Amino acid sequence: MQTISLDQSVRMIPDGASLMIGGFLGVGTPERIIDEIIRQNKRDLTVIANDTATLDKGIGKLVRAKLLRKAIVSHIGLNAETQRQMMAGELEVELVPQGTLIERIRAGGYGLGGVLTQTGIGTSVESGKQRVEVEGKPYLLEIALRADFALVQAFIADYLGNLGYALTARNFNPVIAMAAATVIVSADNIVPVGVISPDHVVTPAPIVDYLVANA
Amino acid sequence: MEPHTIIARRIAKELSPGMLVNLGIGIPTRVANFLPAGMHVFFQSENGLIGTGSVPEEGMAHPTLTDAAGRPVMALPGASTFDSAMSFGLIRGGHLDLTVLGGLQVDQSGRLANWTIPKKMVPGMGGAMDLVSGAKRVIVAMQHAAKGASKIVKECTLPITSTRPVDLVVTELAVIAFRNGRATLLETGPGVSAAQVVAATEAELVVPADIPEMSL
Repeated sequence: MQTISLDQSVRMIPDGASLMIGGFLGVGTPERIIDEIIRQNKRDLTVIANDTATLDKGIGKLVRAKLLRKAIVSHIGLNAETQRQMMAGELEVELVPQGTLIERIRAGGYGLGGVLTQTGIGTSVESGKQRVEVEGKPYLLEIALRADFALVQAFIADYLGNLGYALTARNFNPVIAMAAATVIVSADNIVPVGVISPDHVVTPAPIVDYLVANA
Repeated sequence: MEPHTIIARRIAKELSPGMLVNLGIGIPTRVANFLPAGMHVFFQSENGLIGTGSVPEEGMAHPTLTDAAGRPVMALPGASTFDSAMSFGLIRGGHLDLTVLGGLQVDQSGRLANWTIPKKMVPGMGGAMDLVSGAKRVIVAMQHAAKGASKIVKECTLPITSTRPVDLVVTELAVIAFRNGRATLLETGPGVSAAQVVAATEAELVVPADIPEMSL
């Protein structure tokens, strides 16, 4: 694990990169990394996340700045701009049921090729997917997702990169941390090693590649 | 009584102590307001919370304690938080006793459409498909008609949310159950006759002889 500046952390991200971003309607999203991506004008990004938040929050700001090529998300209902760009063909949006999306990411991070779920069977979500029967029940094969970068928001990080999360800001964060080639973390609190009790570490240090230094 | 209040009050009667329940946005959220005093139910928010409480007083909200609509909430004593994988494990894994969702259409075999109106409203399904496919019991809370047209239809014209039939639909006019692939009228709304429900419903209803009025 390395500590780096906010500026350096975003310099690592090339145009066209795929990003998994934590957060649920902007709660638990690393806002300052989002702001820095906009400042450095990174383009053609693919974002994999729960939703595109609202116009002026979290991933919504990336949408508004037109920095995305594709979004793989479960919900865009609170961001009219995502819907507008999708309808106008400016942004490719893959809508995935929320439970399926998080499991595809989990599979990607846990070394699995995919998961079998009954969610989506017989709906428009099934289109183009393989049906697999297990003990007489039909399931959809949903394939694993991985990304170039995970942008994680933690409540607390120690100097080694052990992470803990706060309340409903946890959501996708610990799951995406497992599923990306490079894991960049922004934390509300950075503390010496030993402050977080082992039982309270949710994401173990070796998973984290970069911890963004606090200003 | 307002239609939304009738619906929320009636559905509140389906809850019992200790249940794990997920309430959707809109009318379903209001169900929590009509529980008997002191009854403890575990409310789940799919963003990762069991023990979802009401809205905090002004100045007491916390930015990392929100419901699935992103609104600040309180956490009740005994609450727990977890990541989205566990949240949907609870939903799909047979741990969620009941989900209450809004609806656009329900067809006479109980199939629900509630997530999109193609080319008009494309918000994404969020957790709706997992909830309807996975919860032990599914109740739809919706008004009986929209713009004069029955929302309980012969066949959904909108894209369905799941092939799994819902268990119950509660409107201001009726409680309808789906058993053996057929819509059955169980109760009528306050001051509403069975004949009025049948007239207001596009779907074919099984109408038993004695149909009680909802007790609210």
